[in-house]
Amino acid sequence: MLSHDFGAGFTEPVRDAQSCFRAVLDALAHPGKAQKLLASGQRLEPLQAQLASIMLTLSDHDTPIWLSPALLEGDVSGFVGFHTGAPIVGDPARANFAFVALGDPWPKLAECNLGTDEYPDRSTTIVAEVPALTGGPKMMLAGPGIAGTQEFTPAGLPEDFSLQWSENRALFPRGVDLLLIADDQVIGLPRSSRIVEG
Amino acid sequence: MNAVANYNFAYLDEQTKRMIRRAILKAVAIPGYQVPFSSREMPMPYGWGTGGVQVTASIMGPDDVLKVIDQGADDTTNAVSIRAFFAKVAEVKTTTHTAEATIIQTRHRIPERKLEAGQILVYQVPIPEPLRFLEPRETETRKMHALEEYGLMHVKLYEDIARHGRIATTYAYPVKVEGRYVMDPSPTPKFDNPKMHRSEALQLFGAGREHRIYAVPPHTDVVSLDFEDHPFEIQQFEKPCALCGAEGVYLDEVILDDRGGHMHVCSDTDHCEERREAGLMGVMGTKEAAE
Repeated sequence: MLSHDFGAGFTEPVRDAQSCFRAVLDALAHPGKAQKLLASGQRLEPLQAQLASIMLTLSDHDTPIWLSPALLEGDVSGFVGFHTGAPIVGDPARANFAFVALGDPWPKLAECNLGTDEYPDRSTTIVAEVPALTGGPKMMLAGPGIAGTQEFTPAGLPEDFSLQWSENRALFPRGVDLLLIADDQVIGLPRSSRIVEG
Repeated sequence: MNAVANYNFAYLDEQTKRMIRRAILKAVAIPGYQVPFSSREMPMPYGWGTGGVQVTASIMGPDDVLKVIDQGADDTTNAVSIRAFFAKVAEVKTTTHTAEATIIQTRHRIPERKLEAGQILVYQVPIPEPLRFLEPRETETRKMHALEEYGLMHVKLYEDIARHGRIATTYAYPVKVEGRYVMDPSPTPKFDNPKMHRSEALQLFGAGREHRIYAVPPHTDVVSLDFEDHPFEIQQFEKPCALCGAEGVYLDEVILDDRGGHMHVCSDTDHCEERREAGLMGVMGTKEAAE
């Protein structure tokens, strides 16, 4: 017997997607600064409202997506198929977006699609839930979108994140971009950002 | 929404907006890199700002306040019709005041007033590829960007010096973004190039016919290409604006009669009007003109 209760999409699809997009745009244009992220509609566990908002805003049948184990096991595929039509892939190197639920292991940045030198835009964006956007190990960011330096202290990043990120930065203009979500906020870390301290 | 129930908000369908939004996010993450996107037919011809219109339509929300300028002016055809277009299909508030706007769509100028954090400047771009007139093949220019092979551009600027004694490029003057990509700032006068450098506003570029979107995030280095012995210089004007007396702004020449009479006035009409409203006047300004 198939279940047809996938959970609801946006309450106001047009306005909510625009509001969520602007939050993500602001997040990537101001790396490290938390932006308020709207969530609307009813979601079924383990899919959290904010992660689902970004999924609904950016993914569709043109964008293969990778789901972390909890999302795969939790049968989020019905939601994804019904609301976005995005194909789900098992290899992060084939995905436009990789969605990581809270507490799940991340794909290694280097195992994602890094784009090519001629088309660096054909890369994966990782959208990950973290326990908190502050209170973790302190890092300082520099790069486009940042006047001087910007403090960056999210909790729950992979242990070797700093190393992985510097390898990712060294590939510029290739590389992955990152969106971190906690509570009702999102932080962006585009590939152009450097960790200058920490 | 009822009056325009036939249109989706901001004209574009949601699938198109998602595609353009994804391109914009990549563009912001790779400053100066031209992201290909699937440009749509718009209810205006290519060359009338369809790239800028599609970018604006994809970022715009119901609370945004839109300003549109064409060569600095709020009251020319292109600006008036695009402003009217969004007033109709998105029912957003429009303005001519730079300070009030959250989104400013522009054709070939950057406002004189310093842009602030939170504002977004959307450029209409005819030819996004700065190397196009040096190398017509897209496959080659793409490789040149990938390899950071920009020698040809410096040769072009050098040939200017050899021929004219100075760099003769006055608009669409090439810039290097964050030390990596050479970018066409769109056909803005080179006078405006320094305003792009570490601007607090987000700058988005849309080229509809050429299917490209690119971006400069806030606080990003935008350096005009030059040589040590021929440093980049902006245009200088001998006289201030004839209407408002402003100095250090970009001026347009206006022909007054068929006997050689002419005047120079601010290209940024809003800047000029605000100054005249504040009581500032140039040699040909009149009280009535300010009202």
